[in-house]
Amino acid sequence: MKRDPRTVTKLVPVPSTNIIPERDVDKSPILECRHLGIDFGGLTAVDDFNMAIGRTEIAGLIGPNGAGKTTVFNLLTRVYQPTRGTVLVDGHDTAGKTTTQISHMGIARTFQNIRLFKELTVMDNVLIGLHHEMDYRLPGAIFRLPGYWRGERIARDRARELLGIFDMQDMVDYKAGSLPYGAQRRLEIVRALATGPSLLLLDEPAAGMNPSETAELMDNIVRIRDTFQIAIMLIEHDMNLVMGICEGICVLNFGRIIAKGTPEDIQANPAVIEAYLGKKKEA
Amino acid sequence: MMKQNRIRIPMPLRYLINILLTVALWGALTALIAGGVITNYWSGILVTIGINIILAVSLNVATGYLGQLPLGHAGFMAVGAYAGSIYMKATPLGELIRSGDTLAALPYMLVALVLSGVVAGLFGLIIGIPALRLKGDYLAIITLGFGEIIRVVLTNIDSVLGFKFTYGAAGLKQIPKISSFTLVFICVAVTCLVIHMVMKSRHGRAILSIRENEIAAESVGINTTYYKVMAFVMSAFFAGIAGCLYAGYLGSLFPSTFKFMKSIEILVMVVLGGMGSMLGSVLSATVLTVISELLRSVGDLRMVFYSLALVLMMIFRPKGLLGSYDFSMSRILEKALGFLFRPGTRKAQKKGGAAK
Repeated sequence: MKRDPRTVTKLVPVPSTNIIPERDVDKSPILECRHLGIDFGGLTAVDDFNMAIGRTEIAGLIGPNGAGKTTVFNLLTRVYQPTRGTVLVDGHDTAGKTTTQISHMGIARTFQNIRLFKELTVMDNVLIGLHHEMDYRLPGAIFRLPGYWRGERIARDRARELLGIFDMQDMVDYKAGSLPYGAQRRLEIVRALATGPSLLLLDEPAAGMNPSETAELMDNIVRIRDTFQIAIMLIEHDMNLVMGICEGICVLNFGRIIAKGTPEDIQANPAVIEAYLGKKKEA
Repeated sequence: MMKQNRIRIPMPLRYLINILLTVALWGALTALIAGGVITNYWSGILVTIGINIILAVSLNVATGYLGQLPLGHAGFMAVGAYAGSIYMKATPLGELIRSGDTLAALPYMLVALVLSGVVAGLFGLIIGIPALRLKGDYLAIITLGFGEIIRVVLTNIDSVLGFKFTYGAAGLKQIPKISSFTLVFICVAVTCLVIHMVMKSRHGRAILSIRENEIAAESVGINTTYYKVMAFVMSAFFAGIAGCLYAGYLGSLFPSTFKFMKSIEILVMVVLGGMGSMLGSVLSATVLTVISELLRSVGDLRMVFYSLALVLMMIFRPKGLLGSYDFSMSRILEKALGFLFRPGTRKAQKKGGAAK
């Protein structure tokens, strides 16, 4: 998981990618969205979504319920096909790609409503994420050729290593569905990391966690970024988490970006306060 | 901590144990047949059991492991049966079997089996690519339609380009009877082995991941279309082999054998045994074949029994007899050994005490 140090840059989501502000001129973002939008029938769920994420940045996507945050994730991973706009991953256009191909381009994600392979063991869940780490083919599997053993051994070692991030090595033989809620969320992150992403999308990673678990998760997210040198974008309602670890925050309301910037900017932004708390009554 | 009591048998030894057990089972059954303990009538049923096991285990790949519901398994069986039979009739296989020259017949048999599997697999590919774009009920209907098309075509076509091939509704007769108990046994063992080996590899895990959660599978980079088709083709391939064995057992083929009810019969075996459990499929194929033989005297009433068994099963054990539990002789052996010898409990404590 070593990355070229030259490409390690940081930038906050930029206001518009059409006119790239000066501070970002010489930096190549891992993800760039331009005028991204989707309509469901007559409903515009997301519109004119512009943002860019640096290669080792932790970015937050927040907004009231129904603002279209998860829709953005689904657009980025092509679970939905966007009606308008482009998504560039590492400078490559994702138009016409399938979800599978997006994963191969280096975007991994977790889901708001956990989508683990519940009937399979923890180990199998991670091994499925490591699918492409193994390169043996069908005959190699049927006849148990040396390539099979080598591939499986390396993958299993790697899986244990990845599970070690969350101290889950001892759970390898448990069924994923039998794990406690928090552990399921963590396993989903491990599975996503197993695909070797350069951008990790976390959809409400702290949902249903208690404060101490959340604090631990915050440390782990930062640690994952530091060890793997990847960008992380997360949707979260826990403001302590978002303000604590995100370097750039993007606020969405009714499918449109209403504010972008550092946590300090966002906290002071009147539009954000209005979206969350409502308008002050005119006296 | 819990696992300390379990002795892990190293991998090559495990394979050896399983191979030895399989050979022992074959030896025992052959001896019983030779000794006359298993009568001719029952050894014939053993062959039917074997064929049904292959059918159930192969359907289990598409139903239990992939999580789809194809209803045209008899169609693939028919394709394999006809492909194998036409080939066998074109070779001197019949003569060789009659003269008892098994060794010379062996290559022909192998080619016939592989050919029937490949042709059925090819049909699986042709059907699978469009059908697997659909899910659930839609897939069930499209495969049901395919199975019926095969049967109707076989009923109505008796010659291709002037060559008499399939003989239509009159049936394909005088097929060399290749399906000895040993051949069927080997086919069953190979089928189970191959499917097991595939399922315990990255390809098998990919197939399982589609059953568990297709969106999640896609999001971790599994090419779901590819693996769906792979599972489907594998399922059809072994159904084709079963068809060939079926033809080689009866010696004649009639399109009416491969009716929709045949597909349902196989599906019942899989559901009853537990979707996703190979041992379940094997057991329920065995039990259901024996029961339907015993109920032969009541004729079509056995379908009532089938339905009743299914209804009761769905009420009391919706996951099937064995659920998704898969059998491993060596695992049981490991547990037994661990229970007998218990390494590292008392001894380790003593050692720990001495060290202090």
